[in-house]
Amino acid sequence: MSRVIQALRIGISRGTLEIKQFNRAREAVVFTIAFPVILLFIFGSIFDDEIAPSVTFSQYFVAGMIASGLVNSGFQNLAITIPMERDSGALKRLRGTPMPLASYFIGKSIQVAYSMSLQIVLLLLFGSLFFGLEIPNVGAKWIVFAWIVLLGSLCATVLGIAFSSVPKSGRAASAVVSPIVIILQFFSGVFFVFSQLPGWMQQFAAIFPLKWLTQGMRYVFLPDSFASQEVAGGFELGKIATILVIWTIIGALIALKTFRWMRK
Amino acid sequence: MPTATSVIQVKGLKKCYGTLTAVDSLDLSIEAGEIFALLGPNGAGKTTTVEILEGYRTRDSGDVSVLGFDPANRGDAANSWRDRIGIVLQDSADGADLTVEESITHFSKYYSKRRDLDHLIQAVGLDEKRKSRVHNLSGGQRRRLDVALGLVGTPELLFLDEPTTGFDPEARRAFWDLIRTLKEDGTTILLTTHYLDEAEALADRVGVIAGGKLIEVATPATLGGREQALATVSWRDHSGVLREESAADPTSILRRLLGDFDGEIPALTVKRPTLEEIYLRMIGESK
Repeated sequence: MSRVIQALRIGISRGTLEIKQFNRAREAVVFTIAFPVILLFIFGSIFDDEIAPSVTFSQYFVAGMIASGLVNSGFQNLAITIPMERDSGALKRLRGTPMPLASYFIGKSIQVAYSMSLQIVLLLLFGSLFFGLEIPNVGAKWIVFAWIVLLGSLCATVLGIAFSSVPKSGRAASAVVSPIVIILQFFSGVFFVFSQLPGWMQQFAAIFPLKWLTQGMRYVFLPDSFASQEVAGGFELGKIATILVIWTIIGALIALKTFRWMRK
Repeated sequence: MPTATSVIQVKGLKKCYGTLTAVDSLDLSIEAGEIFALLGPNGAGKTTTVEILEGYRTRDSGDVSVLGFDPANRGDAANSWRDRIGIVLQDSADGADLTVEESITHFSKYYSKRRDLDHLIQAVGLDEKRKSRVHNLSGGQRRRLDVALGLVGTPELLFLDEPTTGFDPEARRAFWDLIRTLKEDGTTILLTTHYLDEAEALADRVGVIAGGKLIEVATPATLGGREQALATVSWRDHSGVLREESAADPTSILRRLLGDFDGEIPALTVKRPTLEEIYLRMIGESK
């Protein structure tokens, strides 16, 4: 038990250190926090027509961007920064200390939670101020929001750690990871209305978590009447949860098997 | 000879990468409290050996014991073992956005026997830089921070990999003094270095690795038969020609020269082979 507490204590200390480093690396802050807000302004300003009764594209887009925020701060962030830490020798140094290995991942999760919260709060703020995003006033919607954020960020974090073994170097990581995220955003109903995409694109996107995250966020932020506009004719909350859990398990297994502390 | 006080014991260590045998039947023992320098050209198996001892790499065969523990083991026992060792790696570039003090304070939390922060910062000579971000440090200061991070847990055994690369001569002397005080405190140190003068200044014993094998272990003064090697006396003779003679007893040459010259013997030097010359000869022979 004391070992668990020790791992947790050091993990929290790593989390605060990670946040400190994140805040001081200005490019990273701009990239993960400001970029989605800028996109919101661009897309929200260009496409402001109604896509369904009393639903504008801007509202649709904010819901998608909040879902993307989970992928950005979990998957994209970790799949890029972990290879960089491997290159810089940070991971090798940690591996040579008595730091419990779990603490490293606890620290990463704390940093993900931090940047994700910042991102969501900013998107909610700007979305509701400028783009007609309606903050839900029903408790049930907030409960769904809470579990989608929790499960979605856990899933994205685990997949980010799993994917961190793919880029050959820290410098290559961004070039490998960013296009994947951008393509998934195009395919998953962030930049375009999902139901208007070609069928093969919809089916491809349905394999990956982002499509399901956007769908869940639409349940939270769009009127219930929008359900009929979804491809399946409903928001499919049960299916969303199932798919996120499956990806989390797959990601965790891959991460355990492939995580490397050293350059090859 | 492995003894009860051996901190590191290696027997028949072997490691292959594909068809390349990086380390081949290597035996090594390092005693408590000594500074042992491992020398060898790049690709000789030095780094592989040290990384196996540090627990970073697995081995193919052989017995390895470091502080009584097999570094290939994992889990909680491995963490208790890491609590007793310190590792100073080559070319790390991490934590650039933290300050010196933040880095050391954070790393100290991993260990049970923490060194006093102020003492440690002072000992590595970073007192004036303690509030500086790591990316603003010079190469030598960065290295000294690496050393501080390796020392923060009061290790019984310290691995130092090329610690003074990029140091100016003054910083190198200061660093040597720091290492000597660690030795006085009883820390065992395994040093790998390309600087033979560094090995000579610090090490109680040196071991030379070539072709994956430890070809000799000796004190810096006796490595490669250095103590019996001929000394060379050179001087300028009466007609101004530079002369050179080698002998096991150079004093006899000097006596003769003192008779030959009334006053000063022009351009007189007596030179014994440096550790570097001996080392280069050994490496050359092993090829």
